[in-house]
Amino acid sequence: MSPLLEVRDLTTRFYTLDGVVCAVNGISYTLEEGETLGIVGESGCGKSVSVLSLMRLIPEPPGRIVAGEALYRGRDLLRLSEEEMQQIRGREIAMVFQDPMTSLNPVFTVGDQLTEPMRLHLGMSRKEARERAAELLEMVGIPRAAERLDDYPHQFSGGMRQRAMIAMALSCSPSILIADEPTTALDVTIQAQIVDLVKALRDRLGMAVIWITHDLGVIAGIAERVIVMYAGFIVEEGPVGEIYGNPRHPYTLALLASLPRVDRTSNQRLAVIPGLPPDLLGLPPGCPFTPRCSYARPECREKNPDLQPVHSGHRVACWVDVTTGRLR
Amino acid sequence: MATTEVTWEVFEEQAERPPLTPAQVAWRRFRRHKMALAGAGILIAIFLYIFIGSLVFSEADANYNDLSVRLSPPSWEHPFGTDTTGRDILARTIYGGQISIIVGVLAVVVSLIVGTLIGAIAGYYGGVVDSILMRFTEAVFNIPQLFLLIILAKMFGGKIPTFQFLGRSFSGSVIVIIGVIGLTSWMYLARIVRANFLALREQEFVTAARCAGARNTTIIFEHILPNSIAPIVVAATLDVASAILSEAYVSFLGLGVQPPTATWGNMLDQAYHHLETEPWMWFFPGMLILLTVLGINFLGDGLRDALDPRALAETG
Amino acid sequence: MGRYIVRRLLQAIPLLLIISVILFILANEMGDPLASFGGRRRIRAEDRARLARQLGLDRPILVQYVVWLVGNDWMGVDTDGDGVADARGARRGILRGDFGTSFTERRPVLEIIRERVGNTLLLMLTSEIVILIFSLAIGIYSALRQYSTLDYAATAFSFIGYSMPVFWLALILMYIFAVNFKRWGLPYFPTVGMYDLAVGPTVSQILWHLALPVATISIISIAGYSRYVRAQMLEVINQDYIRTAWAKGLPRRTVILKHALKNAALPLVTILGMDLPLLLSGAVVTESIFAWPGMGRLFWDAAQDTDIPVLMGILVIISTLVVLFQIITDITYTFLDPRIRYD
Repeated sequence: MSPLLEVRDLTTRFYTLDGVVCAVNGISYTLEEGETLGIVGESGCGKSVSVLSLMRLIPEPPGRIVAGEALYRGRDLLRLSEEEMQQIRGREIAMVFQDPMTSLNPVFTVGDQLTEPMRLHLGMSRKEARERAAELLEMVGIPRAAERLDDYPHQFSGGMRQRAMIAMALSCSPSILIADEPTTALDVTIQAQIVDLVKALRDRLGMAVIWITHDLGVIAGIAERVIVMYAGFIVEEGPVGEIYGNPRHPYTLALLASLPRVDRTSNQRLAVIPGLPPDLLGLPPGCPFTPRCSYARPECREKNPDLQPVHSGHRVACWVDVTTGRLR
Repeated sequence: MATTEVTWEVFEEQAERPPLTPAQVAWRRFRRHKMALAGAGILIAIFLYIFIGSLVFSEADANYNDLSVRLSPPSWEHPFGTDTTGRDILARTIYGGQISIIVGVLAVVVSLIVGTLIGAIAGYYGGVVDSILMRFTEAVFNIPQLFLLIILAKMFGGKIPTFQFLGRSFSGSVIVIIGVIGLTSWMYLARIVRANFLALREQEFVTAARCAGARNTTIIFEHILPNSIAPIVVAATLDVASAILSEAYVSFLGLGVQPPTATWGNMLDQAYHHLETEPWMWFFPGMLILLTVLGINFLGDGLRDALDPRALAETG
Repeated sequence: MGRYIVRRLLQAIPLLLIISVILFILANEMGDPLASFGGRRRIRAEDRARLARQLGLDRPILVQYVVWLVGNDWMGVDTDGDGVADARGARRGILRGDFGTSFTERRPVLEIIRERVGNTLLLMLTSEIVILIFSLAIGIYSALRQYSTLDYAATAFSFIGYSMPVFWLALILMYIFAVNFKRWGLPYFPTVGMYDLAVGPTVSQILWHLALPVATISIISIAGYSRYVRAQMLEVINQDYIRTAWAKGLPRRTVILKHALKNAALPLVTILGMDLPLLLSGAVVTESIFAWPGMGRLFWDAAQDTDIPVLMGILVIISTLVVLFQIITDITYTFLDPRIRYD
């Protein structure tokens, strides 16, 4: 059976005043019905752009999807017309964004924004949509939901806004929910609540989830499979247990080492990855992680490695076998 | 499609070095801003016109009356035609341009001094001083500028005699107009400077300077002002354009720089009476004003984009 | 809300007083009001002194200001100009609606202004409507079709329009649409006044005469505002909530005309309110050129004659309008933007 979503060779660039930014460089992955996929990486490594490309929400210009395909139930999203795409967005694939403070339109009421997709996609009347909206707000845990429909976003707290965003995304029962760093802008306690909420709703509604984050800790609790991105490339991919238990890419190792852990003794310092991710103005000939990599060898500068399987479902793109420190 | 391969040197620079300094980013953006470059190009052309032109024609040429050729249309001898007293319009636009631009720039210097002083004092001291100064600023801001210009130009008109400078004689009205325009256009600058001071004075580096025993004036001029320079530069650039326009308005109404000193504005003084039959008399000076102001506006727009702090975070 | 409006109105009072003091001092310093008093005749020195005493111009400036403000019916004045106060004054001051008497026309200032104010309002309101329609249309279109030929054309137009001296634009328009249209035998636009004296002030005559002055004022403002709307629209289009709107699958029309436009048009309300002084400045020049019998033209004539009561009358009315308009703008804004509530 073909997967729910299959992305092949997706490549997205931005043609800016400062030069060409190679944000996403030929990434491929699949997503099964009901599966939760985590995408991890530092900010600016192409995570968001890769999913925005799927939704065709890249601002053009300056952005452009220059190659690849994204088969959703056999239809290539990258080649649909804008009108066909509007039928997909919100109806089949819905999104929750990073910053709940700016993701809701400040000059319309929450109720108005919440009912919009249902009236559009499901043909509900204003009244039906309002009733449903109240139920949805209730479902995501907003008390006195019916009264709050007439509030404006600024009258909601950050956590409540994100709950409202989730309610909006789920309003048409999509088969894929894309959550683009939905907890990054929130307090730690609220973060955990939102993760639990999405998990519960996923189990109840049976949708697939793509969860993007820079925080490996968050993803451990929710994802089944994890993709690690660096500089617009997928550098490692595998089941969540493999990624945590048997990481094979130096970048994944570094990310894991920078996580705070409860079992660490207090005088151990958190590891920091030296340097900054490149600003992606053009690509080097070799592996882009080389300048920051403690395993780097001369070969790494010559050619960028392809993803190679190391276990079933676990692939890594690195010339070096990090378990031995030698070339593969 | 543009090639995106880069060398390792460039790439490693990107990866290892901290990002470019704001000044470097600004310069990079400015260079790639087509309109800013076009604006700079127009302005260079205008400067060449008025400076090289003044080597070809003397100021005496510009003020030479020849009634036998008065009001003649453009010809080989007088490419832009002649005016009511037979003066060559081409030569007059050259010398008029010098005065117009000097007036524009110096008027902005005056408004910069007044605006920065008032804004800095209000923003730095706050409290009663701030309220009084800002009330005054708001009051002047609410009077349409041209009304103030007319009143002040009439008030000071004819009070300063003709003077000699660098071997040339200038009508005292040049000084009057510079002062008058400067004194009617400082309010916006004062507000920017004040807002920046209010925001900056609470910041740590100012507290640090104060703890180190720096005096108020030192703090204002050495610590705070340099940090609010970008919006001031942009506003001042654009203000030169409005100052040149203001000079033209006042002169058009007959209250500006007095003849024989030519400016682009006062060459248009009598334009209305020559609307139908001698269009060359008003077309060329107006066109030069338009080009100069356009060039400055382009440049200011480019500077604004280049210095916009939000632009620094744009890529990534 | 009510308290906010009252507070703003109360704050406007000291502001207007400061403005009037500044203007009064400046206006009285700007020239010799007696130079053109009573026509163009020359006045003898004794007569001058007598006139100055009769008009109270010999008093200290602050006394003159107080008289102008609250009248002089509580103090003695020198009606025959012999240097001795001999009667109660008759002026009631601007606070009680007495704007004084014109030096040149010897008529109440308010009467003169009342004849003109409607004409200026007609010119300004027509221009405002034209400006609003065109700048919104051009601005939105350029933002949506960024970097298209029409966007470049609109950008070029706006920069040129914005950089053009008002009066020069007026001259060009006159030269093309009046002078040359007449030469070419086309129906040409009039350049002077509000109507043809032979026909009288009919609606069609006034509209016909409005065309060029309104075009002059509007073109320059449209140039600026369409750029502003474009920039606002571009900024709003890149906001997260617009991305949310797209992500919901909303059609383009709804995203732009509902979600983006309301956010982009809000600041324009403020700008329109704040730029009123600028627009009025443009009106002085435009009215002078097209001999439009409005307040701008009146101001210019009064400035040339140093007719202080008329000048002050106009300036006070205009400053009050400007200040009031800003308050109205702020209040309108609070109705449009739910985030702002002044309590």
